[in-house]
Amino acid sequence: MSREYEVSFPVKGDNFEDAGKVSVEIKRLLKGHGITGDILRRAAIATYESEVNIISYAQQGNINVRVTDDSISINIQDRGPGITDIEQAMKQGYSTANDRIREMGFGAGMGLFNIKNCSDSFEILSEINKGTLLKILINR
Amino acid sequence: MILREIADLLDAKVLAGEKHLGVEVKTAFSADLMSDVLAFAKPGSIMITGLTNPQIVRIASIVDNSAILIVRGKIPPDETITLAEELDIPILSTKYILFETSGRLYANGIVGCIRKIEGPGSVVPL
Amino acid sequence: MNLTLLTEKLNLEVRCCKDKLDREVSGGYMGDLLSDVMANSKKDDVWITCQSHQNVVAVSVLKEHAGIILVLGKEPDTDTIERASQEGIPLLVTDLPGFEIAGRLYDLITV
Repeated sequence: MSREYEVSFPVKGDNFEDAGKVSVEIKRLLKGHGITGDILRRAAIATYESEVNIISYAQQGNINVRVTDDSISINIQDRGPGITDIEQAMKQGYSTANDRIREMGFGAGMGLFNIKNCSDSFEILSEINKGTLLKILINR
Repeated sequence: MILREIADLLDAKVLAGEKHLGVEVKTAFSADLMSDVLAFAKPGSIMITGLTNPQIVRIASIVDNSAILIVRGKIPPDETITLAEELDIPILSTKYILFETSGRLYANGIVGCIRKIEGPGSVVPL
Repeated sequence: MNLTLLTEKLNLEVRCCKDKLDREVSGGYMGDLLSDVMANSKKDDVWITCQSHQNVVAVSVLKEHAGIILVLGKEPDTDTIERASQEGIPLLVTDLPGFEIAGRLYDLITV
C-alpha cells in the first residue's frame, strides 16, 4: 500500500477563536498515517505557526500537506499583504503584530523563525499586496 | 512529581483530565507567550501560563505537553475545558501567581524543559 | 537582596543602568501580558519576562519595579534600552528560560 497522502484545509483570516484548529486536525491525520515522534511534532508546529500567521495577517489562506514515502511537504498559500522584507521577517523577535495579537499570546516574532527551525528545507515566496507562499519540507 | 502531587502542592483544582493525575512530570515551561511555548517547550513538560483560551489546549496538543497549569486562579471558559477533555490534556488551576508557582515547583525538583538558548534558536536540551 | 547580588547569583548580564544596581528587590513577578503585570505586580518586584519591546519599560516605571530580567536569550530592542536608561530601570538578560530564573530567584529571596 502506498503511503502517499494529501490533505488541504482553508484558513480564514482574523478568526482567532479557531486558531490552531486546522493544525490539531492535521496532526491527528498525520498520526493516523503512521507519522510519529519528532517528525510529527515538527510538522505540527510548522503548520500551527503558519496557521496563526494567516489568521493574524491575511484575509484567507490554504494549508496543503502532502506525505510521501520519504517526506512531508507543507505548502501554505495566503491572500494578504505580503512580506516587505523577508530577511527581517525571518529574524527572531521581529514582529509587526498589533496589541490584540500580542494579548492572545502571539506576535512575539518567533513564527517564521520557528517554522524554519522545524523544516529540513524552507522557502518563502511573497508578493506585496497579493500574498505569501511558504514551502516547508520535512524529511521522514 | 506526579500531577496529583503538583495539584496538592499548589492547592490546585483539576479542571480536566482527572484520570491522568498519575502522570509523572519532570520539566516545566512557564510563559504567557504561546509563540515561545511553540518554539521552546519540550514533549512531556507541563505548560504553566496565565492564558485560558482554547488555543492553549491546541498548543499543548501540538507540542506534546503533559498538562497545562493555569495560574492566578483563572478558570478557563467551557470551550477550553471541553477541548482539553477531547484532546486528552489535563488542566489544573492554582491561585498562585506564575512566579510563586514556578518557584514552588522548582523547589520540589521540577526543572526547566530547556537548559538555555545558545545562539539564535539553537536550544540546549537537558 | 539588591540587584548587584541578584545579578551575580543568577549570572545575569546587565544591558543598562549599571549604576542603579544597589536597588533592593523585595519579590519577583513573572509574566508576558502587560495588562496582567500592570494589574498584579508590586513595587520593588523584579519582573521576569520574554517581552523585549519598549512598552515593558513604561509598565516597570508605573509599577516602580526594581528591574527587568529578559529571559530565553531575548535581547532588548534599541528603543527599549534607550527608554530604560532614561527612566533608570535596570535591564538584565539571561539565556535561561523563565521557569529556571523564577525557580532560582524564589529560592534566593524566600530562604
